[in-house]
Amino acid sequence: MTAPVLSVEGLTKHFPVERGILRRAVAWVRAVDGVDFDIAPGETLCLVGESGCGKSTVARLVLRLTEPTSGAIRLGGTDITTLSESEMAPYRRKVQMVFQDPYASLNPRLRVGQIVGEPLENFENLGTAERNERVGAILAKVGLRPEAAGRYPFEFSGGQRQRIGIARALALRPELIVADEPVSALDVSVQAQVLNLLMDLQEEFGLAFLFVSHDLAVVEHIGHRIAVMYLGHIVEIGPKDDVLAEPAHPYTKALIAAAPVPDPRARREKLVIEGDVPSPLNPPPGCRFHTRCPFVFGRCREEVPLLKEIAPGRRAACHLLDQPA
Amino acid sequence: MDAAAPLLSVEDLRTHFFTVDGVTRAVDGVSFTVNAGETLGIVGESGCGKSVTALSILRLLPQRIGRIVGGRVLLEGEDLLGLDIGAMRDIRGNRIAMIFQEPMTSLNPVLTIGEQIAEAVRIHQGASAADALARAEEMLALVRISDARRRLGDYPHQFSGGMRQRVMIAMALSCNPKLLIADEPTTALDVTVQAQILKLMLELKERTGAAVMLITHALPVVAETCQRVIVMYAGRIVEMAEVTELFDRPLHPYTRGLMSSIPRLGAAARQKRLTEIPGLVPDLRKPVIGCAFAPRCPLADDHCRAEAPPLTEHLTAHQAACWKAGEAA
Ligand SMILES: Nc1ncnc2c1ncn2[C@@H]1O[C@H](COP(=O)(O)OP(=O)(O)OP(=O)(O)O)[C@@H](O)[C@H]1O
Ligand SMILES: Nc1ncnc2c1ncn2[C@@H]1O[C@H](COP(=O)(O)OP(=O)(O)OP(=O)(O)O)[C@@H](O)[C@H]1O
Ligand code: SF4
Ligand code: SF4
Ligand SMILES: [Mg+2]
Ligand SMILES: [Mg+2]
Repeated sequence: MTAPVLSVEGLTKHFPVERGILRRAVAWVRAVDGVDFDIAPGETLCLVGESGCGKSTVARLVLRLTEPTSGAIRLGGTDITTLSESEMAPYRRKVQMVFQDPYASLNPRLRVGQIVGEPLENFENLGTAERNERVGAILAKVGLRPEAAGRYPFEFSGGQRQRIGIARALALRPELIVADEPVSALDVSVQAQVLNLLMDLQEEFGLAFLFVSHDLAVVEHIGHRIAVMYLGHIVEIGPKDDVLAEPAHPYTKALIAAAPVPDPRARREKLVIEGDVPSPLNPPPGCRFHTRCPFVFGRCREEVPLLKEIAPGRRAACHLLDQPA
Repeated sequence: MDAAAPLLSVEDLRTHFFTVDGVTRAVDGVSFTVNAGETLGIVGESGCGKSVTALSILRLLPQRIGRIVGGRVLLEGEDLLGLDIGAMRDIRGNRIAMIFQEPMTSLNPVLTIGEQIAEAVRIHQGASAADALARAEEMLALVRISDARRRLGDYPHQFSGGMRQRVMIAMALSCNPKLLIADEPTTALDVTVQAQILKLMLELKERTGAAVMLITHALPVVAETCQRVIVMYAGRIVEMAEVTELFDRPLHPYTRGLMSSIPRLGAAARQKRLTEIPGLVPDLRKPVIGCAFAPRCPLADDHCRAEAPPLTEHLTAHQAACWKAGEAA
């Protein structure tokens, strides 16, 4: 087996809720609470779940944009969790980020050529001509004309700006791209263009993706494996086809049932789960899903279910899975 | 009026925005009807004129820059565009109610939930304060907010997004409107909560007999909830049909493109790449000559580029605005 490009273990982030002039922490938002996964070279792991479950926080932790409360992050076998900014430099280039908002994530005062060329400037000693050539080549890869280099972000549409963001992420030929809801802000017709582009680039460069999304249909399209999160925990992880065809965790089932299907003949009585996602400030004790789970029983309210292997390469965290069938 | 007449009839509606950088033809000759009790979906991508159509019907356009420059909006035969401000205010919230995408901005943050529902009930039904509050409690219970009596005293920020949207539905339906216009009512919500809200909206609609005009950019949502569908592109209707008919036999190349570009659960194994619609939505400030979809259409020819196709009936109760409606690409 090849070594993973990324592996995280026990990754945890608790944000303090501070009060008073001393800014004492009066409570903790348990945004990410002991998450383990790894990503193989060239693989796409999708992180799905509803608003506030901690997807973006995981993405930011992996990039070390947020410091973890505990846990370890390894890139290609090296533990980067506690590296200083300067020690991080060689690892920074291996992992790049594509953001959700193609409007806010590009510096409006820089030309596209500068935006895409900036990482090259920071990491590689290239002459101007050579750099421009590289920028032109990357722009072509993401389907933009070379003239785009001289224009400003506002002159582009949402889909084109997302391409610029992808070009910037590609400039240093990273091994892993962390993409946080990269198509959520785009119209469907344009979303298809960007998803296809990401899959083409993966094939060409052997890129690995950590792909954050709340849209299961998108995830099914682009993912190899899926990790389902609920209130800071991974509740199920495994190969895409298995998880979607035979979800093991009640929350995964609920998510799949809730996803609208573009076929009026498929209308059916749905398993609609009641209630809202509870606050991560005071997550329910025991299984965090127990307040909404249609299968809840006594043990669920007290004991946290562990993420256990249920089939080769598949893990899920639900007490039902311990019951003799 | 006769029973078969539509509840709402929009005829050749044209709404333009006049701003420093030109005139935007946001709604450019839109005609459709809503029948009593039906659920009509309006779909289309960002900027195609869905919200402006709704705002025009209710005459809630931003003052000065947004103007209805042509057409009629008939509610049970009466032209709303001719009404004075007072008469129009009586229509809104009574015969036509509206729910918007962002429930936080539509609720007043300094009034309790109970005060706001009761206020709506009082204004529209002239109930006494006590009756209105009792009715508010009933409404909260109806939209399945548990412990309704206690929650009447809560402020909007104490409610989650899904609960706020349920309150909006409760308020909108509290005065038994004939028509409920819901503009992206679930777009800001989580998937599991979205499913709850849509289900609730349809149940209450059944109970009150209101017609619903559901505006969304999501074809899957339409497939699951609507009886009839309008597809808009660049300020115009490009296709209109009963929902299964539309999904079985989409006639317009744009509708077909949209349908094949949405990722579907269960389809990935069969098609790896998604079908793209090349290019971009047109800039509505520039005059459109010919078919607005021509720059992105695989079937476009000189005729398409020169003359705009009218919306015509190609199959029974199935209209499309395309010179080559139904032809294979
Ligand atoms: N800097 C911060 N300070 C305090 N709390 C935070 C901070 N960042 C995130 N949180 C909280 O952590 C939780 C997880 O947030 P996160 O942004 O990771 O969720 P998400 O899964 O990406 O949600 P969404 O789908 O809405 O983007 C939320 O409750 C959020 O409010
Ligand atoms: N207040 C405004 N001033 C100027 N132009 C406007 C205004 N509101 C809307 N428009 C323009 O009118 C057109 C139609 O907008 P509308 O809001 O109806 O789109 P929509 O179909 O509802 O899109 P979305 O899915 O993004 O809500 C757009 O081109 C938009 O730029
Ligand atoms: S552990 Fe219990 S509450 Fe949690 S998902 Fe399983 S059955 Fe439901
Ligand atoms: S009229 Fe012509 S350009 Fe327009 S959609 Fe039909 S075939 Fe395409
Ligand atoms: Mg996020
Ligand atoms: Mg809108």
